[in-house]
Amino acid sequence: MMIPFNPADLITILPELVLLGTTCAILLIDLFIKPSQRNITHWLSIAAIALTSFFVWRGAPELGQVVTAFNGMFKHDGISVVLKQFVLLTSGLSLFYARNYMRDRKLLIGEFYLLILFATIGMMLLVSAGSLITAYLGLELLALSSYALVALNRDSAISAEAAIKYFVLGALASGLLLYGMSMIYGATGTLDLVAISGLIGQVEHPGWLAIGLVFIVSGVAFKLGAAPFHMWLPDVYHGAPTPVTVFIGSAPKIAAFGLLYRLLEDGLGPMSEHWTLMLAILSVFSLAVGNVFAIAQSNLKRLLAYSTISHIGFMLLGFVGASPAGYSAAMFYIISYTMTATVAFGIIALLARAGFECEEIDDFKGLNQRSPWYAGIMAISMFSLAGIPPLFGFFAKLLVLNAAIDAGFLWLAIVAIIFAIIGLYYYLRVVKVMYFDPAADDAPVPLPSDLPMRWVISLNGLALIVLGIAWGPLIDWCNRAFGV
Amino acid sequence: MAHWPLLSILIWLPIIGAGAVLAFGRDPRVARWLSVLIAVVTLVASIPLYLGYDAISGGMQFIESHAWIDALKVTYGLGVDGISVALIVLTTFTSVLVLIGSWGPINKRVSQYMAAMLALEGMLIGIFAATDALLFYVFFEAMLIPMFIIIGVWGGPRRVYATLKFFIYTFFGSIFMLIALIYLHMKTGEFSLAAFAAAPLSTTEQAWLFFAFLAGFAIKVPMWPVHTWLPDAHVEAPTGGSVILAAIMLKVGGYGFIRFSLPITPDASQEFAWVIIAMSLIAIVYIGYVALVQEDMKKLIAYSSVAHMAFVTLGIFIALALVREHSNIDAARLGMQGAMVQMISHGFVSGAMFTCIGVLYDRLHTRQIDEYGGVLNVMPWFGGFFILFSMANCGLPGTSGFVGEFMVILASFQSSPFIALVAAFTLVIGAAYTLWLVKRVIFGEVTNPKVAKFKDLDAREWIVLGSFAVAVLAIGIYPKPLTDLMDSSVLQIVNALMLSKA
Repeated sequence: MMIPFNPADLITILPELVLLGTTCAILLIDLFIKPSQRNITHWLSIAAIALTSFFVWRGAPELGQVVTAFNGMFKHDGISVVLKQFVLLTSGLSLFYARNYMRDRKLLIGEFYLLILFATIGMMLLVSAGSLITAYLGLELLALSSYALVALNRDSAISAEAAIKYFVLGALASGLLLYGMSMIYGATGTLDLVAISGLIGQVEHPGWLAIGLVFIVSGVAFKLGAAPFHMWLPDVYHGAPTPVTVFIGSAPKIAAFGLLYRLLEDGLGPMSEHWTLMLAILSVFSLAVGNVFAIAQSNLKRLLAYSTISHIGFMLLGFVGASPAGYSAAMFYIISYTMTATVAFGIIALLARAGFECEEIDDFKGLNQRSPWYAGIMAISMFSLAGIPPLFGFFAKLLVLNAAIDAGFLWLAIVAIIFAIIGLYYYLRVVKVMYFDPAADDAPVPLPSDLPMRWVISLNGLALIVLGIAWGPLIDWCNRAFGV
Repeated sequence: MAHWPLLSILIWLPIIGAGAVLAFGRDPRVARWLSVLIAVVTLVASIPLYLGYDAISGGMQFIESHAWIDALKVTYGLGVDGISVALIVLTTFTSVLVLIGSWGPINKRVSQYMAAMLALEGMLIGIFAATDALLFYVFFEAMLIPMFIIIGVWGGPRRVYATLKFFIYTFFGSIFMLIALIYLHMKTGEFSLAAFAAAPLSTTEQAWLFFAFLAGFAIKVPMWPVHTWLPDAHVEAPTGGSVILAAIMLKVGGYGFIRFSLPITPDASQEFAWVIIAMSLIAIVYIGYVALVQEDMKKLIAYSSVAHMAFVTLGIFIALALVREHSNIDAARLGMQGAMVQMISHGFVSGAMFTCIGVLYDRLHTRQIDEYGGVLNVMPWFGGFFILFSMANCGLPGTSGFVGEFMVILASFQSSPFIALVAAFTLVIGAAYTLWLVKRVIFGEVTNPKVAKFKDLDAREWIVLGSFAVAVLAIGIYPKPLTDLMDSSVLQIVNALMLSKA
């Protein structure tokens, strides 16, 4: 079958093209600048992301409209607009938080920026996937870039170990996903997600679909880090250089949400009675594993990794109803989580300096005496992760609990809050260390002179309060995207 | 004045003021003066609330309602009835005294302490003024943060244990309430308390909701057997923290029963009123005995708070039993009114008692009763105040402590003489532990040479204790303005109890 090329399709993927073009340009420019001029790459990368964000905004389809390109392979709708904007925002934030840390460790190389930009392109493709192939392509572009990012500090044994783990387990997950996709393709004979959805009731061998579904859910759960597919996550978060952790802990989670939505709702929506239960079980496992294991951690990055697992469990609560309102709540949740996690990881990167990693919980002892402002920002992010009002994280929890109860999963909501109580303990422990424990020395913390980073992280922290008080526009935006 | 959003001003002035204190309070003197100034302005702003409230017509007044989140139909809804006005004025009044009282003892990170106190004040006012359940919940939970910091940073040796226990315990209770609120939202489509109260609910639903609310509010009150966080929190908290905790935060629990449990789940409340009444009676007697054996003054007063707050829950639920089982509206009104007066009175009395203990602690840095003795000899003024507040604590006629307890006992008598008998037992046991405390601390010979060097109250302490004394005596001698303020609101609540929802 010959697919006609339609030049108008290029307009639809203009944001991706812009990012690809600027990324390639940065690749070239970076070749010709001296290492001391890496600031040029830094600001160009941020500008590229901002420019892409502008084109996403310009090219946003009308309310409720779906624009497809390349014969349905690529899909641009309200959902992809929201997801892309937040993918770009969090990727941009991780660039801001990276420069100082990477420079101190002689890791500020062009590849760091390029890998992040390529990963971002992958994520944008992923959330716009209209067919199984586009989803897989986007995912692999993201995954390969992330593996390399984790291994960026090649002299560090722990980084190398994390990267290998990430690569092997990530490849396994991709394999599972691809295997599931092949089953679905075999059963329905099409790769197009909308077409798959239409064919599900009339396939000859529904058993293949069921097997395919199980593999797809497992593969996506791997990428999300939902228990029991979470093993890679703490090691990778711990082993990666902190700015890379900022990145892989934030934007890819939004993209993974997009993947989950595209595959399960767009593609396998008619099978929702099967996958809602699977997701409910994954949710319970994630809540349990994430919250219970986090208590035992002494390393803050590992603690936050387990907390990620528990938050994925919370996010999945939004999916169990398979309703647009639930998806909207889940999207709000994942946005809230990533915005908060960037602050927490960002502070870890901010307080680190040459030869000193500020990532053990004990390193935060008495931070309130030494730097009240950043202790306050960190406390805000911890309370937001714990879900204490009036912070952003509380309203996200409210929405997903609401979605779960609406869907008739009252028991799941109760399980979730019981684990939220357990989870509260370790967030409070971080606050306790910062506020109640005496500092080893009272001298002010030597903060990096990177003012843009300090400003952005402060704004990021304050946004958690602002979005907690005025979360209406964001939930309205999410609701519009899903046509609620 | 009617055009001003008075309630919003009362809520946000202290909270924004807290930010200002943090920003400009690097110099402790500035922080102290600025915070007291803000608290005084808030107190002054609460006067028009009292004067402008039309007590005769009752009902919700000073209503403000703005859409907050359209997606869930959450409103920024504020409004007060007589009960709320009384509690808000209690809050603004106590906050000023707490801030003045903290001038001496708090020396490290002054601006953070003052800011936390102010933020707490604003949130407490928000709780008493919210007419939207989600807004209530937001303030209800948010106030844990400043209190967590206050106990944890400025508290005693076991402060970390105490503050974590306090936070997790109360969070545990309130999060079940959140599920209840979401469930009610699913039923009604909005979050306003009026809609919740109007929603028809089956008895099973009501029972579940009732227990969810009970988990939240019983821990807050705190009722026996979930009171164990309170003695720890009180003992470790700095004086100001203890005062706010005892005087205002505990009232949130009682207030919650009146605003949530009774109107939303009246039938379940009736069905399970005996549980609450039994728990209250156990608290009155058993916790009274526990208080008797305490070696630590703060712990003693903390347990006495639990016993006194049991009168509040007893009064509220005896009113329900009276309405439903005896159709005795007048007695029910008396019981509910008594519970409210007891809340306000306990706010003043416990606040004053904790301030007194703080005064002693600042001098000797211990709260062990046997370290003291004969304080009256060296601190006559202080001794006088201490004895006055102790009398109020045992419920001596003429002090505020008497009014509420008497009304509740009177009301319970009409339901069951047995309940009244057990409740009246508090007059004996309360007198026992309070007077024994007075005997050991205030009277007798000075045995500890350090006590002999005590200086009497300075002007600042005098103002704080004097203000509490005026309040305690005023309510004790002439409670009419207070009861008039709340009467029509109480009547409305009691009348609403007659209607079944199932």
